Amino acid sequence: MNKIVSKEKFSENVVKLEVEAPLIAKSRKAGHFVIVRVGEKGERIPLTIAAADAEKGTITLVIQKIGVSSTKLCSLNVGDEITDLVGPLGKATHIENFGTVVCAGGGVGVAPLLPIVEALKKAGNRVITVLAARNKDLVILEDQMRKFSDEVIVMTDDGSSGKKGLVTNGIEEVINREKVDLCVTIGPAIMMKFVSLLTKKYEIPTVASLNTIMVDGTGMCGACRITVGGKTKFVCVDGPEFDAHQVDFDEMLMRLGAYKEEEQADMYKVR
Amino acid sequence: MAADRNVAWREDLRKTMSNKERTSIPRVQMNELNAGYRARVREEVNQGLTKEQALVEAKRCLDCPNPTCMQGCPVSINIPGFIKNIERGEILEAAKVLKETSALPAVCGRVCPQEKQCESQCFYKQKLKKEAVAIGYLERFAADYERDSGHVSVPEIKEKNGMKIAVVGSGPAGLSFAGDMAKKGYSVTVFEALHEIGGVLKYGIPEFRLPNRVVDVEIDNLSKMGVLFMKDCIVGKTISVKDLENEGFKGVFVASGAGLPRFMNISGENLIGIMSSNEYLTRVNLMDASNPESDTPIYKGHNVAVIGGGNTAMDSVRTALRLGADRAMIVYRRSEEEMPARLEEVKHAKEEGVEFLTLHNPIEYIGDEKGRVTKMRLQKMELGEPDASGRRSPIEIPGAIEEIDVDEVIVSVGVSPNPLIPNSVEGLEVTPKGTIVVNEGMQSSIPMLFAGGDIVRGGATVILAMGDGRSAAAAMDLYLKK
Repeated sequence: MNKIVSKEKFSENVVKLEVEAPLIAKSRKAGHFVIVRVGEKGERIPLTIAAADAEKGTITLVIQKIGVSSTKLCSLNVGDEITDLVGPLGKATHIENFGTVVCAGGGVGVAPLLPIVEALKKAGNRVITVLAARNKDLVILEDQMRKFSDEVIVMTDDGSSGKKGLVTNGIEEVINREKVDLCVTIGPAIMMKFVSLLTKKYEIPTVASLNTIMVDGTGMCGACRITVGGKTKFVCVDGPEFDAHQVDFDEMLMRLGAYKEEEQADMYKVR
Repeated sequence: MAADRNVAWREDLRKTMSNKERTSIPRVQMNELNAGYRARVREEVNQGLTKEQALVEAKRCLDCPNPTCMQGCPVSINIPGFIKNIERGEILEAAKVLKETSALPAVCGRVCPQEKQCESQCFYKQKLKKEAVAIGYLERFAADYERDSGHVSVPEIKEKNGMKIAVVGSGPAGLSFAGDMAKKGYSVTVFEALHEIGGVLKYGIPEFRLPNRVVDVEIDNLSKMGVLFMKDCIVGKTISVKDLENEGFKGVFVASGAGLPRFMNISGENLIGIMSSNEYLTRVNLMDASNPESDTPIYKGHNVAVIGGGNTAMDSVRTALRLGADRAMIVYRRSEEEMPARLEEVKHAKEEGVEFLTLHNPIEYIGDEKGRVTKMRLQKMELGEPDASGRRSPIEIPGAIEEIDVDEVIVSVGVSPNPLIPNSVEGLEVTPKGTIVVNEGMQSSIPMLFAGGDIVRGGATVILAMGDGRSAAAAMDLYLKK
């Protein structure tokens, strides 16, 4: 069960795993996530599905080493099994022909953005993809993105690839030259906050895919709750995608730090 | 049931003692761990009865011609039947009687609210105004005795009828249904979303009240009866009800439980350190988060407030004590009399040092610069006229507001049904609250789909869920044989 069939290292801290999961591969859609657990004492963590091959019966996950659980997952090799893998969870991305869509991804958020870019392109949209990373080595999936995008703009903090600047600079460049009907963004919460602030200024509808702390992932615990339009929502069953302009990103950022001390204290386990 | 009362050994047993002698025996006291010790450890609080105690307590039962206790039991356990077997020393036989009607006797003996069910209908209580026979303690004794004896009996199973049945969820309703259907000869597969079988018995009820090993033995028993379990599989997500039909399943029983925890929607409720009882108990029970080897983090609050007065609130507050809280408080807006928790849980919590802030209702949480909760504001209440629930309703006392220090708050004010199945099955009739609509045979608007437990009731007890499982099994059996 859940055997790893291929592994690729994107960078020092980012790994791509292709995992046997025939039922999930068949039923998942763009935007869905899974919960994984590594080891009998492992934690349940959510990961958005980056790709799936229904015929082969596999799904692809892209993981960044952040804490104990993600590091354990990254250290698994081809042939190893993931203790638990369950999904697909959450609501699928709403796909239709919106017109021109800017898809903005940062860090490992680029991975779950890929199936959305593909689905939007297939629905007839003009898709402009903005990929952001700290430097050249951390830009991932650029070639795959080019396959389904009308244009790809790469932004790096140090200018080592594409243009120098932040994801918001890339988006604004597009907004200034053409009409944008929708923006989809996935990345670190702080990045999505600033993308949302930018597109709000230009009144462009924006969807953000959120990755919060979860335990069960099926609506049972409420650890993932955030405030959207003044109301409490559960990312696992109401999301993971929300109208970015309604999301209280500051509260979300605060809640993401809930277990920072405990997590850091636990890092001895993987050193 | 009355028939087995007339078997020779029962008649002889009744003659061994006069009713006057029987009724003069005082009710047995449960052996408990000392409150000071147990409040800091996870060991089971109730230690069970010794065989000597059980044999004496069993003598108190008068083996009534009309055993009213059975009417108080949602699964109609043959109560005098098992108790009289204990009295004559045939404990394994007593366990067998229990298992005729209950898939989980060791669980029921521990967590059922007997004082509101069987024991409330006992002749002692009804007519003699004395303490009821300790039916729950005896049930637990018989089940534990069988488990510890190593001679666990597997109920008789009818010849396989070749029909496949799917169960969604492995909590009390699903397990009870699975057991009954397996006995009737069906091939049963139970699908569970989590990585452990047992549902609320594993993630919800703590070790000190219901040890996991007790639940595991009951699950093993179902496996021995041929029930298959599939973990990490969410019906409605991983596979659909349609997929199950296509794979030849003739009936589906949905027992997916209570999903979404309720919050109060008051200011500051999303601060760090405030969480649902589902999250808190799942971290501690299912994920073993208080064990340093576990990767799942947990707060160990010093001043912990638990909001609510039900069994889940008692489980949470007593868990907080065991994780080292200096002050563990129940905050409840009505008075103790209206509390829905079992009497025993309230008693145990008090003995262990839990503070009860009744007639208090939280109105606001205040946090520090990191977003961690530090204080809560409480509105004091008084009781007014009875409300729709029949309980006296709490009314705010104007201006009576106090502030207390807290660094962890567990919100335990109820749950809403899990939306995964209702949202994924086309044509399934649900109530505005999201519970599945069923007829008296637990059948939904889709004939092959039955449902029971919290997904139908919206939040009830283990035993009511098990009762639903039994009723659904009986009704589905009839439906499939038509």
